[in-house]
Amino acid sequence: MGTRTIIPFGPQHPVLPEPIHLDLVLEDEKVVDALPSIGYVHRGLERLAEVKDYNELVYVAERICGICSFIHGQGYCQGVETLLNVEVPPRAKYLRTIWAELSRIHSHLLWLGLFADSFGFESLFMHCWRVREKIVDIIEETAGGRVIFGSCKVGGVRRDISNDTLKRIRGELAAIESQYNELKPTFLKDASVNRRTVGVGMLSREQAIALGAVGPTLRGSGVAQDMRKLGYAAYKELQWEPVVETAGDCYARTVVRVREVTMSFDIIRQAIEKIPAGPIAVKITGNPTGEFFSRLEQPRGEVVYYLKGNNTKNLERFRIRTPTFANSPPLVIMLKGCELPDVPVIVLTIDPCISCTER
Amino acid sequence: MAHLTISKIITRSAVSKYATRLYPFVKREPYKNTRGHIANEINLCIFCSLCQKKCPTHAITVKKPDKIWEIDRMKCIQCGACVDACPKKCLSMDQQYSAPSPVKSIESFHQEASTL
Amino acid sequence: MIEPQPITTIDRSELPAKTATLASQGWRLVQICCTTGDTSLELTYSFDKEYAFSNLRVIVPRSDAVVPSITASYLAAFTYENELQDLFGITVTDLAINYNGKFYITTIKHPFLQKKTNTPASTMPA
Ligand code: SF4
Ligand code: SF4
Repeated sequence: MGTRTIIPFGPQHPVLPEPIHLDLVLEDEKVVDALPSIGYVHRGLERLAEVKDYNELVYVAERICGICSFIHGQGYCQGVETLLNVEVPPRAKYLRTIWAELSRIHSHLLWLGLFADSFGFESLFMHCWRVREKIVDIIEETAGGRVIFGSCKVGGVRRDISNDTLKRIRGELAAIESQYNELKPTFLKDASVNRRTVGVGMLSREQAIALGAVGPTLRGSGVAQDMRKLGYAAYKELQWEPVVETAGDCYARTVVRVREVTMSFDIIRQAIEKIPAGPIAVKITGNPTGEFFSRLEQPRGEVVYYLKGNNTKNLERFRIRTPTFANSPPLVIMLKGCELPDVPVIVLTIDPCISCTER
Repeated sequence: MAHLTISKIITRSAVSKYATRLYPFVKREPYKNTRGHIANEINLCIFCSLCQKKCPTHAITVKKPDKIWEIDRMKCIQCGACVDACPKKCLSMDQQYSAPSPVKSIESFHQEASTL
Repeated sequence: MIEPQPITTIDRSELPAKTATLASQGWRLVQICCTTGDTSLELTYSFDKEYAFSNLRVIVPRSDAVVPSITASYLAAFTYENELQDLFGITVTDLAINYNGKFYITTIKHPFLQKKTNTPASTMPA
């Protein structure tokens, strides 16, 4: 047995611009124990529900995180709509689906780039972001913002996308997808990438469930669970299946995301094909009462909003459980037994989004 | 296992033109929907304060007696709630982003008495 | 479609046994949430198994805010339980990984217990 050393990883680390800290217990170069800690930038957003009324809180919800901004807004709105017993018009549901999938593509491309950067593959990083830029442009054109969509509201969506624009976007997406397809083999087959990902950071199916992993981390360990299957928005009317990989290593989690991008392109195509005409929002009256857990699939996994209304304009309790919060405990298992240089790679495969987590 | 799978893309980008723009010499045209900053056609404003009530960040102050409409650009999050609320449609979302600034300042719009 | 979201209210002493059963049946811990009441705190433990969603609820008085930890069956609960300790001032007994109040370092102690009027406006950025 070698000597044990404890070294700190983060909260400032070149590979991760966000503050997460790990205490790594090392035996020579091998990690024998790891303990994550967060809480450097906790914002206490949840309590803003007490001073903002439930319509204004959408803007807060969207700003929980810059990357999954749309889905945060959507999850919050769906929760309030359930409490108010409101049915959103079908066109709004389709538009929400399209925007949510656009944000999934841009989030996954962002992650693929950062992941390449974590093992020093700078040019792959740049090319992922080059492709992503086109998606962000589509988002800006349709929603008005590159990062914050501002398009969801309680009762529907705030702006429409005309059918002509949707058709043009379908053409643009086909071109973007072919550019994306050129990048795929590098993640899936390249020897230099595979050396860093295959067999690294193992998480078995049982461990993933026991430690409450969500999203691609859970699906990479062979559990076919994707909250979109709950059938919110338009997902139950479209053809798709959760992407599952069984190996449970960093490679499997990468493959899940690589395949999910392709699936998202396909979901958008189907949604544009099927989108019905009609109104995009319904009028909202009354105040929320009761309690509801709104669950959605974000690019990083399942997100849970707990909303409790007491028939006033303000929610009594607004609680957000973000995917990275749930994916932090599995890190403890994944990091055990890895080599020190693999730590950044493994940490990145849960796609940590600390700003979400420190809501 | 394959090697150098990225070489084709890299060769292509080495000989083709830049994917980026030479900012600030080349600027991108904003989209029609881009949420840049709030503009106010102040002569149409009736100082009803609806925009002030609807603004989630309290960026707008309406001073009815003085016929002044003020906006704190640093607080505004370009959500457009005020534009939706305005009964006279004098507020609009301009596509140009508001300029960066080292100091926080409040922009005021005065309505001349004669225009009413 | 809204899946049923049953909530079973149990006594805090039953918590470790009930969660051990759920863990052995393969339920995944989704979240632990606390809602503050005037005199009591309401804790909700949510679990998922193949999209089925189920909750356990424990209500403790504010004056005696102590709950047993469920980390024996769900190690992942340590993040949520440290959150309960730091934001809500609940004492969690037998916690496997205890940050002892250093999980969230906050200016005000147990900020989520405060009434909203107590939020110091001066600490808000202008
Ligand atoms: S855009 Fe939104 S934040 Fe800005 S002034 Fe209007 S309502 Fe306020
Ligand atoms: S809502 Fe329109 S008319 Fe009323 S004060 Fe604001 S800008 Fe003026």
